[in-house]
Amino acid sequence: MLEASHVSVSFGGLKAVDNASLAIRAESIASLIGPNGAGKSTLFGILSGFLKPDAGSVRFLGQDVTGLAPYRICRLGMTRTFQIVQPFAGQTVRENIAVGSHLRRPRRRAALAHAESVARRVGLAGQLDQPALELTLAARKRLELARALATEPKLLLLDEVLAGLNPQEVSEMSPVIRAIRDGGVTVLMIEHVMQAVMDLSEYTWVLNNGQLIAEGKPADVTRDPRVIEAYLGHGAAERLRTAGGRPHA
Amino acid sequence: MKTLCAILLLCGAVALLPAFVSSGFVLNLVIMTLYATLLGQAWNILAGFGGQYSFGHAAFFGTGAYASAALQVHLGVNAWLCLPFAIACGAAVGALVGALSFRYGLRGSYFALVTLAFAEVLRILANSVKFTGGGVGLLIPLKSSSLDFQFQGKAGFLYVILVLTLAGFLLSWWLERSRYGAWLTAVRDNEDSAAALGVNVFRVKLQAIVLSAALTAAGGAFYAQYFQYIDPHLAYGPAVSVEALLGPIVGGLGTVFGPLLGAAALRLLGELTRNLMGDAPGVSLMIYGAVLIAMVTFLPRGIAGLFRHFGRRAA
Repeated sequence: MLEASHVSVSFGGLKAVDNASLAIRAESIASLIGPNGAGKSTLFGILSGFLKPDAGSVRFLGQDVTGLAPYRICRLGMTRTFQIVQPFAGQTVRENIAVGSHLRRPRRRAALAHAESVARRVGLAGQLDQPALELTLAARKRLELARALATEPKLLLLDEVLAGLNPQEVSEMSPVIRAIRDGGVTVLMIEHVMQAVMDLSEYTWVLNNGQLIAEGKPADVTRDPRVIEAYLGHGAAERLRTAGGRPHA
Repeated sequence: MKTLCAILLLCGAVALLPAFVSSGFVLNLVIMTLYATLLGQAWNILAGFGGQYSFGHAAFFGTGAYASAALQVHLGVNAWLCLPFAIACGAAVGALVGALSFRYGLRGSYFALVTLAFAEVLRILANSVKFTGGGVGLLIPLKSSSLDFQFQGKAGFLYVILVLTLAGFLLSWWLERSRYGAWLTAVRDNEDSAAALGVNVFRVKLQAIVLSAALTAAGGAFYAQYFQYIDPHLAYGPAVSVEALLGPIVGGLGTVFGPLLGAAALRLLGELTRNLMGDAPGVSLMIYGAVLIAMVTFLPRGIAGLFRHFGRRAA
């Protein structure tokens, strides 16, 4: 469904993403993990058109979308959310979601009605008329998700929708994401909350210093020595093995 | 629906005014208030709904005024025909300014400065070319016939400016309840989020500045007819740009009635201070300025925000 091949981008002398390739199967939940500063959000930016790669190409549904403007990519069916939630501050929850709904619904009434049904899917039905600014962080994350969902994407790129939530809130959010997948939307998520990654995603890529260093089932990937070292430092895998413990991610 | 009814009632009431009031002073007050409302509405589309703060709406105003005046003076074209031409010219200048500044992603104060620069360049140009009459300006020949967009009394002008402000009202009302309006306010609140949701940010902003410029140019053409005279300072001077932005800021940004509330409040304030302090030159302006500062400081959401605040409390 989505294929990135050999994409690279540098900022000044820093190779933020270096020769990364990945392919996402339809109707799966895939994830992208890696330590802070690994280049995950930058890779997301390239996939969604916010950044132009210096090299490499991105294909979505068989079409070359490399460097295509974000709004065009969104119209093709790939929508992203942002790590730092960015609600339309002056507007209510309903109006926020309706902006997404409008993409495929020119009429105001249809968009507002659709926004309501999307809000129900992510558990925001009770807060439809609240100003977006008054929402808690957990609700804002849901709003971010709802807006993206309202564009009726085929592929949803979620940039840390679980970050900053407490365990209770994370466990409330997980079924929502799973239900989105069950509704026929493919999901690629950047995530730090490892429990959620293990729980939700069927396939995961690990990014470190701009390079994809491992991929596979989450359970296998987290046992990979290269991944452990990326997170815990050089020699950590060796020490863990001699200590006889299995790493708990 | 409620907003639409209020707009129509209000305009209907103003339309009946000349039947009951014959005082030139009052009619002039109403005309000038509506004229300021029109400029405010135009600015409000781009800034209040779109978040792009222009400090050079004089560029569009002056273009409308000069386009209409020059066509009449040099080619003897009927003034009514000049009006759509003036609007088109203003829209074209809007498109040019918008295309250049939005293409290069100018925002906030940079956008404000670029629009100011455009207005100033046009002012200097108007001052130096023959076509605009240079520093002397253009005097529109007196015809005093409604067929020539000149009227015997004030009532005719009142109806013209009323129709134009009604158009401004309907445009703002439409923005509050249409897809385009939703996209425009989304762009105002967060460009990246809007783009991620499939909004063509550049195009939305460009359309907003064209609409805004067209409406402003209509105001310019009206001004030229009403005063029958235009010069570079009146047309392209910063005072026009300030007049366009003061009303909506005082009245309430991004609201349908903000420009009207602001224009009316400022006009009344101006008349009051002038009448009370008329003997001591300058004092009226000082009071005007002080009240303005107080309003912006204590009413950040404008007069319309105050209404909404008490409305919510009462509910």
